[in-house]
Amino acid sequence: MDKDVLKEILSVMVQNPMRTILSMIGVAWGIFMLVIMMAASSGLENGVKADIGNRAANSGGVWSMMTSIPYKGFKRGRRFDMDMDDIQFLEENVQEIDVISPRCQAGGWQGGNNASYDNNTGSFNIYGETPGLVEIQPMNITQGRFINAADIKDERKVCSIGKKVFTTLFVKGENPIGKYIQINNVNVQVIGVIASMKEGDDSAEENESIFMPITAFQRTFNYGKTIGWFSVKSVDGYPISKLQDEIKSKLKIRKSVHPADQRAFGSWNMEEELADVNTLFASLRFISFSVGILALFAGIIGIGNIMLVSVTERTKEIGIRRALGAAPSVIIKQIISETLLITIVAGLLGIFFGVLTVELLNNTLAAMGDSGSFRNPTVSFNVVFGSFLILIVAGVFTGLLPAYSAVRVKPIDALRKE
Amino acid sequence: MILLENITKSYEVGGNSIQVLKGIDLNIKSGELVSIMGSSGSGKSTLLNILGMLDNYDGGAYALDGKLIKDLSEKKAAIYRSQFLGFVFQSFNLINFKTAWENVSLPLYYQKVPRSKRKELALQRLEEVGLLDWAEHLPSEMSGGQKQRVAIARALIADPKVILADEPTGALDSITSMEVLDLLKKVNAAGKTVIIVTHENEIAAETERIIRLKDGRIISA
Repeated sequence: MDKDVLKEILSVMVQNPMRTILSMIGVAWGIFMLVIMMAASSGLENGVKADIGNRAANSGGVWSMMTSIPYKGFKRGRRFDMDMDDIQFLEENVQEIDVISPRCQAGGWQGGNNASYDNNTGSFNIYGETPGLVEIQPMNITQGRFINAADIKDERKVCSIGKKVFTTLFVKGENPIGKYIQINNVNVQVIGVIASMKEGDDSAEENESIFMPITAFQRTFNYGKTIGWFSVKSVDGYPISKLQDEIKSKLKIRKSVHPADQRAFGSWNMEEELADVNTLFASLRFISFSVGILALFAGIIGIGNIMLVSVTERTKEIGIRRALGAAPSVIIKQIISETLLITIVAGLLGIFFGVLTVELLNNTLAAMGDSGSFRNPTVSFNVVFGSFLILIVAGVFTGLLPAYSAVRVKPIDALRKE
Repeated sequence: MILLENITKSYEVGGNSIQVLKGIDLNIKSGELVSIMGSSGSGKSTLLNILGMLDNYDGGAYALDGKLIKDLSEKKAAIYRSQFLGFVFQSFNLINFKTAWENVSLPLYYQKVPRSKRKELALQRLEEVGLLDWAEHLPSEMSGGQKQRVAIARALIADPKVILADEPTGALDSITSMEVLDLLKKVNAAGKTVIIVTHENEIAAETERIIRLKDGRIISA
């Protein structure tokens, strides 16, 4: 499109600036919506994925529940517990286990105060853990250390505390390492402080936890060898769901559970969780894109409408042009170019303000610090570029109808029109 | 220059076919100044539209400068129009958002003449019709006579062989009418064939030859 043609198009467009601007707002709004919605869904996705933290994707947990099939003389509805021997058995008999970490829990959610130091008390989750936990569920160790193998072996009454536990029980700046805190009136020595690597509620949960060696926990709270559940990580490249199935069938034999009993063991794993999250966000992205595109089409149809009105109003002008030697193809090209120019300018404006809004939102969120389940909303270049292409193609097609209606009138009839 | 042989044309109006031209034979030589007269309904506008390639005819033959003009595509008609013909209309048909010189230069735009060249030629034509000072004015700022002179300048810009004027003085008072007519005579004197459709006797009397139409036939030429 050379400068001359552009000038000709502009000279027509400025004839009715209000109408041109209003129809441009339709398209600009459509693409603005598209950008914002795509960014919003990406922000939500980034937020939720950050909540999950960098927990190993090939990890999961298994716990015992209630049997649902009578077996070997046991009636259905039997409750049973797993213990440390089961863990040792699995460790020795399942090759694909990379890390297995038996776990116990006491206290916690909405419980009464169960830990104190000096005059400070608080209600925390008390966990019995092994060193393997941090390999499955990484945590930042900000002071001291986490539980080690010697702690387990010697059943030492020590603990690593979450950073919220530290701030609740200790005064700011105090060194907690080596101090004794009371957990259910039992003195336990602090050996380290940890900070969660997750975001949102999950991080609060970790930061409000006290981790003891599982052996010391069992002895202190009279658990014997019983464990609550265990976390497990498969060797690289081996699917965690498959490993969990194997573990469950081995445990079923060991615990006299019917092989077909689906309810005796409960489990979850990261793989399924991530797949769920990914499916969820793929649908969310699709919905955002569809809604955005539909809004965009509404805008484009508006432009088509305006162009039809404009062409009808300009019948006489177009007739004059044709009498003066403009071939129909020239008129068609001009009308399509006008439509296209409006859509492109409007589209660019929409993209500009959309991206600007997203950037402002990003800066605001960054300034706020922890933004919960919504963070770093972005819109990919491909999405913007793709919708821009759609816009151009749609602009050409939208121009076709008014363009052909402009040349359908014979010049002689067009000239007669007053 | 213009040769018509037994041209016929009919329109469908409400299911009835009305024959507007019933066999027109006409020969207009190069450089002639001709007027076509007739009452309304005589077919003079239809004849002019056919001459201007704005309308098709049903039967007969029309040759312009030796070229047969029949069943042209819109594209071909556009090309011929811009090569051979300049139009002057009763209602001027200027584009109201373009200045005088832009209106004058519009035919050249469709012949892809660059803008600076267009302006140069347009100003030249405006000078010829005595409106150089009005080059940057919009049609709405001009009188009827001035607008018609702008339209004549526009008709001349592509250096056509024939000027077709459809009631060029129909919207003008008698003094301005004569000025416009004088201008058309000047154009004719410069070598262009000029055909004026009119119903005013004093306008027709100024032309070299009067073709009278009645009920779709030529009654005197």
